[in-house]
Amino acid sequence: MAEDAILGYLAVAEEIPDSGQFASQHGLHHNDVVNVIKSLHGFRYIDAQDIKRESWVLTDEGKKYAADGSPEVQLFLAVPQEGSISKDELQKKLEPSVFKIGCSQAGKNKWVDMGKQVSRKVQHVEDKVKDLLIRVQNVEEIGKDDVNSLKARKLIVAQTWKGYSVRKGPNYAPKRKKVATDLTRENLQRADWKELEFKEYNFNAKGPPAESGHLHPLLKVKQQLKNIFLQMGFEEMPTNNFVESSFWNFDALFQPQQHPARDSHDTFFLEAPSTTRELPEDYVELVKCVHESGGYGSRGYMYDWKREEANKNLLRTHTTAVSTRMLYALAKQPFAPKRYFSIDRVFRNESVDRTHLAEFHQIEGLVCDRGLTLGDLIGVLNDFFSRLGMSKLRFKPAYNPYTEPSMEIFSYHEGLKKWVEIGNSGMFRPEMLLPMGFPEDVRVIAWGLSLERPTMILYGIDNIRDLFGHKVDLSLIKRNPICRLGIN
Amino acid sequence: MPTVSIGRDRLFAALRRSYTQEEFEDLCFSFGIELDDVTTEKAIISKEKHLEEEKPSADDEIIYKIEVPANRYDLLCLEGLAQALRIFNGQAKIPRYTVAKISKELMHKMHVKKETSLIRPFVVCAVLRGITFDETSYNSFIDLQDKLHQNICRKRTLVAIGTHDLDTLQGPFTYEALPPPKINFVPLKQVKNFRADELMEFYKSDSKLKKFLEIIEHSSVFPVIYDSNRTVLSLPPIINGAHSAITLKTKNVFIECTATDITKAKIVLNTMVTTFATYCERKFEVEPVEVISFDGSSSVYPDLSEYNMEVPLSYITGSIGVPLEVDEVTNLLKRMQLNAEKAGSGHNISVSVPPTRSDILHPCDVMEDVAIAYGYNNIPKRKLSSLKPLPLNQLSDLIRSEIAMSGFTEVLTWILCSKKENFEMLNRKDDKSTAVIIGNPRSSDFEVVRTSLMPGMLKTVGHNKDHPKPIKIYEVGDVVLLDEKKDVGASNHRLLSALYCGANSGFELIHSLVDRIMEVMGTPFVPVGDKSGYYIELSDEPEFLLGRQAKIVYKGRRIGNFGIVHPEVLNNFDIPDPCSFLELDIEYFLQS
Repeated sequence: MAEDAILGYLAVAEEIPDSGQFASQHGLHHNDVVNVIKSLHGFRYIDAQDIKRESWVLTDEGKKYAADGSPEVQLFLAVPQEGSISKDELQKKLEPSVFKIGCSQAGKNKWVDMGKQVSRKVQHVEDKVKDLLIRVQNVEEIGKDDVNSLKARKLIVAQTWKGYSVRKGPNYAPKRKKVATDLTRENLQRADWKELEFKEYNFNAKGPPAESGHLHPLLKVKQQLKNIFLQMGFEEMPTNNFVESSFWNFDALFQPQQHPARDSHDTFFLEAPSTTRELPEDYVELVKCVHESGGYGSRGYMYDWKREEANKNLLRTHTTAVSTRMLYALAKQPFAPKRYFSIDRVFRNESVDRTHLAEFHQIEGLVCDRGLTLGDLIGVLNDFFSRLGMSKLRFKPAYNPYTEPSMEIFSYHEGLKKWVEIGNSGMFRPEMLLPMGFPEDVRVIAWGLSLERPTMILYGIDNIRDLFGHKVDLSLIKRNPICRLGIN
Repeated sequence: MPTVSIGRDRLFAALRRSYTQEEFEDLCFSFGIELDDVTTEKAIISKEKHLEEEKPSADDEIIYKIEVPANRYDLLCLEGLAQALRIFNGQAKIPRYTVAKISKELMHKMHVKKETSLIRPFVVCAVLRGITFDETSYNSFIDLQDKLHQNICRKRTLVAIGTHDLDTLQGPFTYEALPPPKINFVPLKQVKNFRADELMEFYKSDSKLKKFLEIIEHSSVFPVIYDSNRTVLSLPPIINGAHSAITLKTKNVFIECTATDITKAKIVLNTMVTTFATYCERKFEVEPVEVISFDGSSSVYPDLSEYNMEVPLSYITGSIGVPLEVDEVTNLLKRMQLNAEKAGSGHNISVSVPPTRSDILHPCDVMEDVAIAYGYNNIPKRKLSSLKPLPLNQLSDLIRSEIAMSGFTEVLTWILCSKKENFEMLNRKDDKSTAVIIGNPRSSDFEVVRTSLMPGMLKTVGHNKDHPKPIKIYEVGDVVLLDEKKDVGASNHRLLSALYCGANSGFELIHSLVDRIMEVMGTPFVPVGDKSGYYIELSDEPEFLLGRQAKIVYKGRRIGNFGIVHPEVLNNFDIPDPCSFLELDIEYFLQS
């Protein structure tokens, strides 16, 4: 009905200036008119412009007074024309709230004398409040002062009225055609699709959100890195062993027992199982010797090496503990060159903040071969990092107990316009390799970096906890693009 | 890594030139240290006290905070760091440190009592004779002890240093271990006499010293050093006596290092004396002290002898990967404070490691110094063998997984089809400009190489009419188009297609998939005409229903279309249900 009224009206008139007036003129509910306008607008039969107006409506209290009269008039009328009435008596005649408000308002208006006995001071009063309320109810204009006083008494509240002004739209027709939103099986069966008129698509908006599964960004990056290592001929090391002994984590790497990294401030030691059950005794003896007095051309650290320290269990602080086990096993075989990699969890006794977690992922690669040089290390790092999109590298001398030479890897960050450290690398010390039984000319070059840092740079994440752990931002996981590392 | 705070201007004075910050950073980078922070004394104090940072004024001294390697104790103060950099720059020669030649009788003596083995068995000593302190060098002297205590001394557990004004003391000295109540003295910075056990109680409220108490507090005896007048020099590792405190005016310094690790004690003593012997009357000369054990054995400290190492040239050049002559190597080593010369036949290099370089353990450390002096970034790289997979196939695989994760099932259809399927059945006309035509087809199924994935996808749906709806399938595969630019006149294109078939067309679902593909490609949705992302516009292709189709514009280029498949096309493929179809060329994603 409303639709016919609107389309019919526009057939003869240019514009419906106000949907509210239109509704009341045509005896329609404004809500119905609005719904029809929205729908017709969607199909562009009409163009609709928003209209907003502030108006006043009665509160529940206001509605009551509009019907029954204001409390002060109710009170006034309850007082006899002549003589007086006791206050208690008067109270019994009226509702408690009417009595309370009536007393104060009638007193303020000087209509009555309020004492123990109540009597009229004037003989005739007008219920102005009631009249005003009725005018508001009828959407008639009232004065500003009156609005304020009714507002102060919480008898009226402001309401935003929304309506439309309406003109013909590009698809205007006096009668709506049958429109479809989608092609259905029935349309095909009935072959009526030729007669269908479709609602236009709005391609300025995206489609509805897709229902989809999502992989974790850190693991997407891990997968790509794994592919890169495989392409470079690296074999994956088994790193599914978080619990490690100090021996494999530190001692076998020629890391002295008083080294600060072995403090409980940096490493998680274990209460249970607190110590390792066995170590390869022959090899332990060689490691002890190289720490205490050197050999293989080394002076050693010259201190008392303690077996108890080596036995202490811990959560591995680096995957190099696994590399050490792998190299030890490799050295037992007739020599064959190897390239190994791993990407797995490591643990540090650190306080958690925006850039640090107590656990993170270490990426590690190593090459074991005869006659390797620093030139090979620089070459393999260039190959590896340029696949990650970092082809501008430079190397800074650094110190690490188990590599010599040691090089920190810096990459030029085009966004930050500066060199940022991206990893560490070096050649394993002879004091580490020779006790394992490698021939003297066998060298091992290795590098490591965290998985989190490049991922954060890649996806522009500045709080590591948004990425990894239970405080993760799920929508961040969902919206992250695929990892295109290694594809260029 | 330890950090050393050094006044910038004093550092530059010691280096006899000034640097821009960038120049200095480059010098640090090539030497293997790092300028960590540039600040002022005021800023450091207000940071410690958590105060609002004041605006630095121009006359505040600029402090450089420099990170040094954890095994280079010789770089822990201005003197050592500046000397190392001067030598690295070729501005100075490596100093030769000597022990003063004095007879045993004139030598100061330290007698070690047996009880010390219960708690802290080792002591080494030396004397710096005729030293001249100014305020700066005096502060540096104190700071270095702090730095050493923090680092190599492992918070005084391994070694503790005591320095004394020798002229207030009377040798010979004794190193003893006594029950705490028997030790009585005025400690540094106090005026009152304390018994050692009371002193331990007293220091429990001292924020700086309380952390060291646990090193000895549970022992029945405390280590203590006396002179011949029973003046207490120190109660290691806690505090020195007030009596022998050094001042700016001190001329002769007695240094004692007590330890649980003799090797580290020697390194600490050597670091102290070599660093500050530069301020002695006889520069770089240190007066020895004889330490006599309870068992009668005796040693003279400090041991400033050089450690000699013979390193094959081939080991150095073979490890670095740069062919260098002996002379080049020896010159490079000299810049790293290692005296080196050709040994014998010239295949080996004889290296003398000075007492300042306790970090040199093995020829590999020498080799590293050659590499640093040569410059890591000057070493030519060698490439190991490796493979590079095809980016297009890698990208295809990643996209395939994403679409499967969106709930679509992968199909693999034939490249070959009939002309009719490729054109007429899709409402398309063959204008002979797109498709590769087969000359000798065995059947009409193999007449043409597909130019779209659409026929294969529709045939799949047509043959799966009994499959429960909706059907959601996709394929990533190649089509072939005629191409003038190719030698053979045709080229492959990697397309992605997806299809929905159900009771409704599922157009919105395919639209969502387009958005998802763009999201996983990291491409933003942009207004029409914007070339920085993708947008969708109404299109007019015959295989789709009019008004129910759109083109996808990616970075300004049309890369594909999607829409409701035209009912006539559906009919051609004998499909009774409405379908929506998407096809786009993913090769555009590889172009930047």
